[in-house]
Amino acid sequence: MNAITITNLTKKYGGLTAVDNLNLTIEKGELFALLGVNGAGKTTTLKMLSCLIRPTGGDAVLLGESILKNPNAVKQKINVSPQETAIAPNLTVFENLALIAGIYGQNAAASRKSAHEMSSRFGLDDVLEKKTKVLSGGMQRRLSIAMALITNPQILFLDEPTLGLDVLARRELWAAIRQMKTKVTIILTTHYLEEVEALSDRIGVMTKGRLAVVGTVAELLLQTGTANLEDAFVSLSGGVP
Amino acid sequence: MKVLLFAQRNLKEILRDPINLFFGLGFPLILLFLFSVINAAIPAEAGNTMFSIGKTAPGIVTFGTAFLALFSGMLLAKDRTSSFLLRLFASPMTSLDFILGYTLPILLMAAVQSVITFLAAAFLGLPLTVDTLLAVLVVLPIAVFFVGVGLLCGSFLNEKAVGGVCGALLTNLAGWFSGVWIPLELIGGPFKKTAEILPFYHGVEAAKEAIIGNLAGIMPHLLVVLGYTAVFYTLAVLAFRLKMRGEET
Repeated sequence: MNAITITNLTKKYGGLTAVDNLNLTIEKGELFALLGVNGAGKTTTLKMLSCLIRPTGGDAVLLGESILKNPNAVKQKINVSPQETAIAPNLTVFENLALIAGIYGQNAAASRKSAHEMSSRFGLDDVLEKKTKVLSGGMQRRLSIAMALITNPQILFLDEPTLGLDVLARRELWAAIRQMKTKVTIILTTHYLEEVEALSDRIGVMTKGRLAVVGTVAELLLQTGTANLEDAFVSLSGGVP
Repeated sequence: MKVLLFAQRNLKEILRDPINLFFGLGFPLILLFLFSVINAAIPAEAGNTMFSIGKTAPGIVTFGTAFLALFSGMLLAKDRTSSFLLRLFASPMTSLDFILGYTLPILLMAAVQSVITFLAAAFLGLPLTVDTLLAVLVVLPIAVFFVGVGLLCGSFLNEKAVGGVCGALLTNLAGWFSGVWIPLELIGGPFKKTAEILPFYHGVEAAKEAIIGNLAGIMPHLLVVLGYTAVFYTLAVLAFRLKMRGEET
């Protein structure tokens, strides 16, 4: 069953077309990686799907709800972990988690319970009462994803979730993302191709606002006649100038 | 519920920053003390009541609210640039939830700041009466004006720029043109005329009239403040809604 059906999705800024007639379906429980060089249209696509910006044309249906006709219903079913850590710096880890739970409608008792659950799940128990501004980059990223998951979203958008993390912190986060697979539909954007190989079920490569190709790692290698994903990606993105 | 949660978060975020506490509470008290020292240095036979506590206290309380623009602007700019706001925009919160969530805690701070400053002024000789409470209420519209300016700046500028505009520029404008630091009658001319066009002087005068219980004297000044407040707060709401719809990208 499809979690996301995107039809002719387009976003223009004046004369610039950031996303050009995007058509794509993503199945429930799938982890879909959206790749592309900077400015390819990945983040704009994610912003449209998460109802942060309105498309210029086309539509997307997420779990039966249109982003154009019923964005509020869409917002109840999804959550986002933005490129930046997007946490409240002077609040504690617990307060950040409870805040997001409360904003999505959980009462005080349920928020506290959810905050403790997510903290255990993401290994944040030892820093639960610490202000988030003193946490390491890896811990902040983990918290950011925990904040996105505390609302039990059916679709999760992860925009470059391991950006700037060291190898160990990245591997820890991969393990956390693997735990979510199949339970939550995940759309991931990243520049780390080993991350894509390790986590994703399918890959879409965007170039200049268009979806150039969609397939598994094996399908992309076969299609481009390359030996690894990096070469396939370079080939699909138009090659090195 | 969402508004209260968000307002609570914003209050914690501001109060847990020691610099905010200094400018919000400490600085008006320092000014109050300095003016009382100046006033004490003026010989009684000079008959000059320019810096008497009855005149400086309402002025300082009103001027103190200028820092609210800095608080609201910095908070919004930080939330915007750190993508915290982006996370919340993807939630079921409405624009009204956001606007009230940013405004209410800062207004609460304005009221507490005013009460503490008047209480400190009482130690320096200001009589505390029911008119003091009226003065606290009269200060709130200009506090909303400053919150509006802060939200407007925070919607478009980064933290550094908000610090420059709402911190250095606005507080200096408010200080000089309110007549708190130097009474406008001493300067006169185009400076006084400019001050009379701007809201800062009228905010101070309304508070001064309130503290002496002159109800009829409040409204002419308060109307000017209310006009500015309506314009700037409306602009802030429009700017915020524009940002919320992602029009900037």
